[in-house]
Amino acid sequence: MSQVFDRRTIVVLVLLAAAAILVPAMNMLAAPGSAFHLSDHLVPLLGKYLAFALLALSVDLVWGYCGILSLGHGAFFALGGYAMGMYLMRQIGARGVYANPTLPDFMVFLNWKELPWFWYGFDWFPFAMLMVLLVPGLLAFVFGWFAFRSRVTGVYLSIITQAMTFALMLAFFRNDMGFGGNNGLTDFKDILGFPIQAASTRVVLFVASAVALAGGYLLCRWIVTSKLGKVLVAVRDAESRTRFLGYRVEHYKLAVFTLSAMLAGVAGALYVPQVGIINPGEFAPANSIEVVIWVAVGGRGTLAGAILGALVVNAGKTWFTGALPELWLFALGGLFVFVTLLMPKGILGTAEEWWERARRKPKAGVAPDALPSAAE
Amino acid sequence: MNAPVTPTLLYLDNVTVSFDGFRALNALSLAIDHAEMRAIIGPNGAGKTTMMDVITGKTRPNEGTALFEGSYDLTSLDEADIAQLGIGRKFQTPTVFDMHSVEDNILLALKDDRRPFPTLFSRRTRLERERIDALLERVRLTGHRHRKASELSHGQKQWLEIGMLLAQEPKLLLVDEPAAGMTDQETADTADLLRDIAKTRAVVVVEHDMTFVRDLGVKVTCLHEGSVLAEGSLDAVSADERVIEVYLGR
Ligand SMILES: Nc1ncnc2c1ncn2[C@@H]1O[C@H](COP(=O)(O)OP(=O)(O)OP(=O)(O)O)[C@@H](O)[C@H]1O
Ligand SMILES: [Mg+2]
Repeated sequence: MSQVFDRRTIVVLVLLAAAAILVPAMNMLAAPGSAFHLSDHLVPLLGKYLAFALLALSVDLVWGYCGILSLGHGAFFALGGYAMGMYLMRQIGARGVYANPTLPDFMVFLNWKELPWFWYGFDWFPFAMLMVLLVPGLLAFVFGWFAFRSRVTGVYLSIITQAMTFALMLAFFRNDMGFGGNNGLTDFKDILGFPIQAASTRVVLFVASAVALAGGYLLCRWIVTSKLGKVLVAVRDAESRTRFLGYRVEHYKLAVFTLSAMLAGVAGALYVPQVGIINPGEFAPANSIEVVIWVAVGGRGTLAGAILGALVVNAGKTWFTGALPELWLFALGGLFVFVTLLMPKGILGTAEEWWERARRKPKAGVAPDALPSAAE
Repeated sequence: MNAPVTPTLLYLDNVTVSFDGFRALNALSLAIDHAEMRAIIGPNGAGKTTMMDVITGKTRPNEGTALFEGSYDLTSLDEADIAQLGIGRKFQTPTVFDMHSVEDNILLALKDDRRPFPTLFSRRTRLERERIDALLERVRLTGHRHRKASELSHGQKQWLEIGMLLAQEPKLLLVDEPAAGMTDQETADTADLLRDIAKTRAVVVVEHDMTFVRDLGVKVTCLHEGSVLAEGSLDAVSADERVIEVYLGR
């Protein structure tokens, strides 16, 4: 257990705890107009970043530690988002435009007479939360079962994950799928009885995102520091060697891929109430590719780097789309090329190297392991 | 499971492997006894590595029988099953887990439950720690236990891989060119180590280095074009006209 809490982990947890305290305090306690005040629209924006960070974490677990370059995690994220969105739709009740007590507006519009069977149960929060985990998990399990058993690896695997998310996007665009077609699910009113637009609800959602991210991070840390985590890295670096030691590689991949998809689903479920909409665009193949860029930028195979990358790139995206919207994709592409060529360990790896060097210099002659460290 | 029906540990009969019509193994037959050490020699492309691929489930033969302990059909099992039956393999080019420490390389190889969930909850026991210590001592890597495997020299990697093989506690070890790229001293030490291992386990060694094969002092099989050309003591095999012609050379 002691290995779980290395220095990085402590830093991550402390920062997340600080965010979970400071953001609500600055939003609700600091007087508007004061330098410390965080305006209402920033809270869900920051919460969205945390949901993205959880998504990046899930990708780093499979890509950074097991070498599975999934370019389809956006699909698991979107499915978790849809499960949450379906719950939120059912909460609208008769307050929709058509005031139908059971059918969401888009179904009334399509002239549907009754709720499709797969919408049953989504009015009950615990059931919806179960689906947030189960739907992405089941898809990942079935997909992985076929892909890993047939030993599809490398670029072929990446391509079929792209195909998977693309196919889902096309399916969700169809009105007769029963998920609102290209408009998706939106116009949510409340969550667990609290108005979804209220500042206090948004603060709670932000804190929930921080807690989920911390929990997901700890879960991933526990996995990668366990013996199973060592097997995953072994699979990443020398897959056939691992097989010849007697490990059934496909089972390991399947287990970690399924778990990772569930984490992505949770991220999607946190994202939807904070942005107020989920639509088929979330399945766009480019979204999944962007997540991989976040991880690469932050530092692959470090977990903390995935979080950092998601936050930095998304903050950059928010700034760019405000200031120079047409340049954003060029900036993102440029950043990716820059990082892959010049900072193969990502921002985190490079920053840590600088930090170590800076600390070592003034105390020349001190053995590196004599340096104090928070590890263990 | 059933008691072995034959005294042989490994039994290959009439094994043929063809790649697009080219026969890498051609009706190969071979039998290895419990705790026997066998040296396999033969020119490049004779099919030595392919034979190991068949035994370990990497390559499926087009024809023939491959039995382990008389009852397990190796042609129908996969790599993980075969490894768990007790067949360990060292590759021609040393293959270790570069990003793991030397110690963790051994830990991953230790005989243990290989399923994901037990592995997730596995804690290193005192017994395992002692096993790791003993194995590191045996392959002379105790002083390097915390280093990354990628930092080891070529010879040390070869030894680490042999240590990983031993950690699996296999009944049969397949060792492909263990002396390649080693100094004379390392080669001699490797021969000692393998002889020692062969006291309790069956070992099949593929090697081109004749001094090394002589050091082993065991029965030799010479492969050529996918079948056995000659078998017997090294002196008998190296006196064989055909072996001289195709391998030991003019
Ligand atoms: N996967 C494959 N596809 C096609 N041909 C193959 C394959 N694997 C091996 N071969 C061929 O089979 C023949 C036997 O190869 P093998 O590697 O078993 O030889 P070897 O006896 O181990 O030789 P060396 O001493 O060079 O290691 C070679 O001609 C090789 O090119
Ligand atoms: Mg070979």
